This record gives sequence, structure tokens and C-alpha cells, in this order.
Amino acid sequence: MALLTKKDASLITDPLADNNPITIQVLGICSALAITAELKASIVMAVAVMFVLGLGNVVISLMRNIIPSKIRIIVQLIVVATLVIVVDQVLKAFAYELSKTLSVFVGLIITNCIIMGRFEAFALANGPWRSFLDGIGNSLGYGVILIIVGFFRELLGSGTLLGYKVLGDPIAKTGLYATGYENNGFMIIPPAALIVVGIIIWVQRSRNPALVEDN
Amino acid sequence: MLEHIELFFKSIFIDNMVFAVFLGMCSYLAVSKKVATAVGLGAAVIFVLAVTVPLNWLLDQYLLRDGALVWLGPEYADYNLSFLSFILFIATIATMVQLVEIVVEKFSPSLYNSLGIFLPLIAVNCAILGGSLFMQARDIQSLGLAFNYGVSSGIGWFLAILAIAAIREKIRYSNVPAPLRGLGITFIITGLMGIGFQSFGGMLTGGDDAAAPVEEQRMDYDKVSENKKKEIKEEIDTKDVSYNDAINK
Repeated sequence: MALLTKKDASLITDPLADNNPITIQVLGICSALAITAELKASIVMAVAVMFVLGLGNVVISLMRNIIPSKIRIIVQLIVVATLVIVVDQVLKAFAYELSKTLSVFVGLIITNCIIMGRFEAFALANGPWRSFLDGIGNSLGYGVILIIVGFFRELLGSGTLLGYKVLGDPIAKTGLYATGYENNGFMIIPPAALIVVGIIIWVQRSRNPALVEDN
Repeated sequence: MLEHIELFFKSIFIDNMVFAVFLGMCSYLAVSKKVATAVGLGAAVIFVLAVTVPLNWLLDQYLLRDGALVWLGPEYADYNLSFLSFILFIATIATMVQLVEIVVEKFSPSLYNSLGIFLPLIAVNCAILGGSLFMQARDIQSLGLAFNYGVSSGIGWFLAILAIAAIREKIRYSNVPAPLRGLGITFIITGLMGIGFQSFGGMLTGGDDAAAPVEEQRMDYDKVSENKKKEIKEEIDTKDVSYNDAINK
């Protein structure tokens, strides 16, 4: 038996494009916008969400037959909160500077609609292996958008990628700066993230007309 | 008093929950198709924030922060339970939302009906948890200020969703490109509104202890000597300060 059947593989590939949690399902927007001024923060956030969603999906799926329906939101919240506390403590211990940049948004992973959304829509009705794949797939889809937005915002806004100056030195005017290019400060302010995501949605829906909304 | 007024206006305009820190975006995007439902959700958010932020402040002050348990006895002064903040805050919020729902259903059935499904959904709205987490991160000093912060952040969110709902109702008659229709154009409009709200950033910098205007501090880079330029470059490379900090020394 192959490790991943075709149906299982689609659990990972669908959220990457056609069923993307941010641009199609409209979930998990808050943290996607706020921390993407730096590429490094975007990558760390994507990994954190992958950990929480993957493991959370498995835990909820294993418990799905014993959770009473009336308190399922509370159980889900407890599972997510616990996993996020672990992530937060690990970040504070091993990457303190980054945890300061991410500040409250690590905590806000708890209310990240992707996680609760996938618990409700998938983990409560499917087995642990498929739930794990679904969790990984959706967090990869989320991560792809975060990384694209973070990439453009950091490159155009500070001329760096992951902290390395890739366009030249703005002070000594080497590289691209010698031609008179200046960093676009607009990309660093929060509203730029909204506009970049709007453009990503534009591109995605132009390529796939089935996703266009009727007015 | 001045502190309260400053916090009030700062939370509504400068640190607006939607435009500055993007909290509550999912419900903001989903509910903003009509002004009437947007008003209902906005009012619910203000109400829940006004109730949960002060409560979580009390929890933080007397249970969670470093040395908070000192009222139990001096031997507890070293305890730092702040790692439990997330789970306790979300528990308070879920409980309070359930309570608010019961109270509203009992005392104002019409309001309850108009809010519909939104009231229970507010428990997982990141604006609510975000309000409490920012209250903790910004070290709000008193219960009155915490209540003020809760109400004013709620009003800021309410303003944002009201504005976008009104605009979305109007652009139904506009010629939006097909791929941008609905979600895409809402993102871009929200971005433009965010840029507009940035203009409020100068609102609270007047007065005696305001910072000196930026123009006076800025150095004219071209007139600076070669040695100074080398110094600045070295400082940036070795000490990892930002460009602005280095030239404004």
C-alpha cells in the first residue's frame, strides 16, 4: 500500500491552491497580515500553525467519539490553547527576539479560524491519519500565502530577505541603490499586507474563473 | 482623566483593531455585506470586550503576572503563572460570552434574535482575545483604564466594520473587475482605509512633552563628511542598528 493514496495526497495539495484557507476559505486572515513585514516572522508563524494544526487535528480526531456535542467548542479551545502555550514557551526559550516581534500573535493562533474551522469540518468526522494530512495541507496553504506576502513586503520594504541585504547597501549606495532606487517604506506599514493579499486573490481568481464571486 | 481620554482616542484611531493590528478580520470580512448586520455584530463586540477585558485584567493582576500571588502570602511572591494566560483568558471569554448570551436572551429577546449566530461566534473572534492579550502586553495600569481600553477598542472595530459595510453596499453598483469582486476589492479597500487611518498617528503628539519635530533631527546625508559616512556604515554593519537610528544619532 502506498504511503499516500491519491485521495490522501489531495488533502495536502488542495489547500495549496484551489481550497486555500486564506484566499478561498477566508480563514486565518488576522495573523497572516499583521506579522508579514519580515520573511523570518512569516516562516516561523507558518511552522507554529503547522505544529498546532497538525497535532491538534490528530488529538481531536482521536477523541472525536467521546466528546459530547454540547461542549465540543470548549474541548477544542482547551486543546488549541495547550498546544499554543507549548509553542509560545518554546519560542520564548529558543528565539526570544522573534517572539518579541510576533508578540501577541502567537497567542492569537488560538483564535485562528483555520484551526477551529478544520477541527469542526474535518477532525471531528475523520480518522487520525487523514486529519493529520488535512492539518498539514491547510497549514501549508496558509504558510504559502504568508511567505509570499512576507517575501514581497520585506524585499520591497527593506531591501533584505531574512535579514540579508540582497539589493545592495542602502547607506553606501552599492548594488541596486547606486541607480537611485530607494526602499519602498509603504510596504512596511500594516495596510500594505492587505493590498498584497488583494493582489494575490486577483491573480488566483484570474487564473481560475470558477472562483470568481457573483455580485 | 487625561490618561483616560488619551487611551480612548488612541485605541479608536491610532491602534485601531482592524487597521493597525488586523484583529477580527474573518468576521469583519464575512459580515460586512450589509450595514444592518454589521451594526449588530459591532455592538456585540463592544459589549463583550467591555465585559471581558476588565475581568481578564483582574485575573492578570491577582493571579497571573510575576509576583501576583503575593496576596495569598509572602512565600508565593516568586510564582509567575503568566504561561497560563492564554488558557485562562479564553476560558473567561467563553464563559462570559455564554453568560452574556443568556442575559440578552432573557432581558432583550429582540436584540438576541437580531444578533442570531454572531453572539456565540464572538467567543472565537480574535478581536476579543486580542483585546485581552494587548491589555496584558501594554501593561494597562488600572481597572478603569482596562474598561476604557475594552470599550474603545470595541468602538474602533465597530467604526471599521461600519465603514466597510457602507462602502460594500455602495460598490455593488460599481464596475469592479471580475476576479476582484467580493473578497479581493474588500481587501484593497480596507488597505486604503488603513492608510487613511495612519494619518491619525500625529494626533496625540502635541503638548509639552512631545518629541522634537523629525525635520530638526534629520541629518542631511550628502553634506556629511566621508569619515562620518564610514562610521555610520560600520555601526550598521557591526552593531546591527537600523539605518534611521544610525543617521539620527
